[in-house]
Amino acid sequence: MALIAASLIRSAIDNPNFHWDVVGDYLFDQRILDGVVKTIQLTVLGMVIGIILGIVLAVMRLSPNWLIRGASWFYIWIFRGTPLLVQILLWNFISALYPSIDLGIPFGPSFIHLNANDFITPFLAGMLALSLNEGAYMAEIVRAGIISVEEGQTEASKALGMTRFQTMRHIVLPQAMRVIIPPTGNETISMLKNTVLVSVIAVAELLYSAQLIYAQNFQQIPLLIVVCIWYLAMTTVLSIGQYFLERHYGRGRMRDEPMTLFEQIRSGWGARHADPDQLIQRHGDQSGGGGMA
Amino acid sequence: MAEQIVKAEGVHKSFGRLEVLKGISMEVSQGEVFVLIGPSGSGKSTLLRCINHLEKINAGRIWVDGDLVGYRQVGDKLHELRDSEAVAARAKIGMVFQHFNLFPHMTATENIVLAQRIVLNRSTDEARRRARELLERVGLADKIDEYPARLSGGQQQRVAIARALAMDPKVMLFDEVTSALDPELVKDVLDVMRELAKEGMTMLVVTHEMGFAREVANQVIFMDQGVIVEQGPPERVISDPKEERTKRFLGLVLEH
Repeated sequence: MALIAASLIRSAIDNPNFHWDVVGDYLFDQRILDGVVKTIQLTVLGMVIGIILGIVLAVMRLSPNWLIRGASWFYIWIFRGTPLLVQILLWNFISALYPSIDLGIPFGPSFIHLNANDFITPFLAGMLALSLNEGAYMAEIVRAGIISVEEGQTEASKALGMTRFQTMRHIVLPQAMRVIIPPTGNETISMLKNTVLVSVIAVAELLYSAQLIYAQNFQQIPLLIVVCIWYLAMTTVLSIGQYFLERHYGRGRMRDEPMTLFEQIRSGWGARHADPDQLIQRHGDQSGGGGMA
Repeated sequence: MAEQIVKAEGVHKSFGRLEVLKGISMEVSQGEVFVLIGPSGSGKSTLLRCINHLEKINAGRIWVDGDLVGYRQVGDKLHELRDSEAVAARAKIGMVFQHFNLFPHMTATENIVLAQRIVLNRSTDEARRRARELLERVGLADKIDEYPARLSGGQQQRVAIARALAMDPKVMLFDEVTSALDPELVKDVLDVMRELAKEGMTMLVVTHEMGFAREVANQVIFMDQGVIVEQGPPERVISDPKEERTKRFLGLVLEH
């Protein structure tokens, strides 16, 4: 295995068609950097709106009222059941469907009048498509988190006189986070990569920016490698962030505070060098905490 | 005569086709301690949960501190209260559960502070002061900043009692609060409850601890199959039961 890997890496370095010098030239090109910023904007906005929407939809889905439950089900059915790429194109052409957008009382006076063609820029269309689609997926993740919280928690908060909303906000959702965060991390990484889809409606995110450059200089491979390097860098940062979030929401769950990555590495090293007496001592401390229900 | 705190009249409750309560009536006055005993499935816990409106009753009426629980009477008709209205009434009733149900993501103090702040609108300072006071009272002054997972079952249950007391309830409901505890931890919890009773708290206690019932209860209610079979002071019901079913149950419980 190592041999195969080594020879692959060697061929990648040796093969002149990769043009590593061109990769270096364009890695920090202003147009690429602008693309990176757009990609990050789309990811952040898409996820933030998607998560808020997901929470609302999940709570609706668990409502005792069938109409509210049905509305949520319908939303998820539509947005999860159609391809994201098609949704992006539809939002881009929304002005064909609704030439103007009026905000106001239905059939009454309108307060804001917007020309859809001016208002729905490609960036907004892309962001809308990404976040509305994400909302449907997040709804299912949040719902799984909510039902993972024991019913006794809801009963205890009811017995203390909390309303359904207070119970959700202070008791259920914070505990659901433990279940919600790992798949949300995955969703964020997917979202980051799915932002490339909006290149079809000419939003200058990372891929489209690279495409614009290689349309002129025909250096497709090196520029696509530039794109990959940036995506890898961003997903790596996200994974690290996810680790710390999980640690934060795991608090109170474990007898001992979970160690940071650094502490783990240090203690892994330390354990091998510690004398046995000390290890027994530490173990004794932990089991002295008493029984848990 | 002392003020009436809990009154139940012909309470019926069914889960699907299973009728769990078949017409329960009782009256609890201020400062009284009622102990409910009976075989499992007799409806004791369900009765407590109905008093707190955690379960909706199918017929009959329950009043707590003069207010109808979960409903409003307009003429002859009962209207179910909305969530926010029912909630306000519940804050007057403290409840402690078999499995503690502490909030695991909060420390002992935070567990006690939260509802004081968001339900009673107390200031954080005041709520924290009260939490500390109550934790001291249940013997946990040194555990104020611990998370529940680091407390023993008995300690968790005492935090749960303090959490309920922080709401200044008119009545406390205890639902088999020592059943999930290791035997050596039961005493601390019962001591706290004894202390409460002595201070004049009105209490309804579902328990299998006959010693506690004998010592603390003003009234013992023996329930079986959804009805009250026998009711009276402990020295009567526990030591000298009249009904055959009560005798059989006590024989089984007191044997070991």
